[in-house]
Amino acid sequence: MKGRTISPGKAKGKAIVSTEPIGFYGGIDIKTGIVIEKGHPLEGKSVKDKILVFPCGKGSTVGSYVIYGIKKNGVAPAGIINKETETIVATGVILAGIACVDQVDIEKIKDGDNIFLDADNGEVKIS
Amino acid sequence: MHLTKEEEKIIDGEKGEVMERLFRLLVRLGDIYGADKMIPIGSVQVAGVSYKSIGDPGTEFLEDMASKNAKVKVLTYLNPAGMDLENWEKLGFPKDFAKNQLRIMKAFKKMGIVVTSTCTPYLAGNLPRFREHIAWSESSAVSFSNSVIGARTNREGGPSALAAAICGVTPNYGLHLWEKRQPTVQIDVSADLSFNSDFGALGYFVGKQVKNKIPYFKGIKSANTDQLKALGAAMAASGAVALYHVEGLTPEADLVENKGLEKISIGKKEIKDTYEKLNSGKNPDIVIFGCPHASLREISALADRLNGKHLKKPVWICTSRMVKEAAERMGYNEIITKAGGSIVADTCMVVSPIEQMGYKTTGVNSGKAANYLPGFCKQEVCFANIDDLVEGQL
Repeated sequence: MKGRTISPGKAKGKAIVSTEPIGFYGGIDIKTGIVIEKGHPLEGKSVKDKILVFPCGKGSTVGSYVIYGIKKNGVAPAGIINKETETIVATGVILAGIACVDQVDIEKIKDGDNIFLDADNGEVKIS
Repeated sequence: MHLTKEEEKIIDGEKGEVMERLFRLLVRLGDIYGADKMIPIGSVQVAGVSYKSIGDPGTEFLEDMASKNAKVKVLTYLNPAGMDLENWEKLGFPKDFAKNQLRIMKAFKKMGIVVTSTCTPYLAGNLPRFREHIAWSESSAVSFSNSVIGARTNREGGPSALAAAICGVTPNYGLHLWEKRQPTVQIDVSADLSFNSDFGALGYFVGKQVKNKIPYFKGIKSANTDQLKALGAAMAASGAVALYHVEGLTPEADLVENKGLEKISIGKKEIKDTYEKLNSGKNPDIVIFGCPHASLREISALADRLNGKHLKKPVWICTSRMVKEAAERMGYNEIITKAGGSIVADTCMVVSPIEQMGYKTTGVNSGKAANYLPGFCKQEVCFANIDDLVEGQL
């Protein structure tokens, strides 16, 4: 699948898919990379080294620092795929250097799929 | 994206490493979102101030910027910090937390940022005008400035707002453009809204439904700025709403195209269900008002209810330092403190470490706070109106 490059880089990993938007601030623990938002479909799961797939960001604009922070703490996802990346997530992934692509039909990606993300070329491969 | 000769010099590193790095971030964002050029901005509000929110990675990022002599070019305010910057010891904020928080404030001040720490800069001396381009980041302040004032800003991330402040420009895309400010969903409200918490419940419900759309409200008969503040804050927290219009009340409502939109109806039942949904606890250990930061009118309302009373359990009201000063002069602070309550400035319940201070259940009248407290502060929440909340603490 072809999308738009938000932040360049290449990444490989297992997909972790959320049908709901993610708010990184208050939604993901900065030290562990575990989703902590109550009632979120990914609650209790870790995003570390995964290809994190979700429709769009939501909530607080401090989210950019949380993305930067989880990268510095070594618990960031290897890559991010969105339907539409808004500025909070975009700023975070650019600053952190996490490969990120959007404008992808994320409904075609299932939890646990092996993903090769070539964000340099805006490409997503499911194997 | 078209860059001027001056801007190209920045990219080439002629204005130093910090400017180059931050300007590149802005150009990258501009390229992604299809900006044609950079536009000058009137003011900035930077989020990501509390040590609790940004931790060591954010603190080091800011100290690095400050040590390389980065300076802001426009009036720049800050989001709430993780503690009351003057009264933290008395209120019981942990010492090691305070040490790190003060490091962050020092870095911001060195960059020329006004160390204000409020999510309501428009009540504290940073007021944009109609149609002014700004780069603000706190999600409720973005919503208020776009919707209630009619200024123009995207939802900036903490670092992109800081980059805009230091470069004095922002990429021209999204909500800076008139065609992108048109409503995309109509909300028909038939419920009666009286308490500020009713507006919070409405906002929470709508944000969940519409995510990042632009709502056009019909049927809200009247609302003061405190109530619009509560509405916008909740929508920005449960969803990603950066702009909304209210027929007859907000400045762009009569100017936008509002025909043929998808419609959502909200009556008494939806509001009542939202109150129930947001209540996860009972008998709060502490009640906290002021999310977003309380206006003078809200502090006066609390003082009225606490006048001559004695609280059995703590009540805080969070506000900006400037509004606290005005409340002091009016004697509101004295009334609230005498009853056993606290006026807390510079911070709020969401960004302060209340879970480390022994509180487990918090009472709030804010849809935004009710949204964040369970995840970020591990609190059970009692969501109710000001009368019921105060009554329960007496």
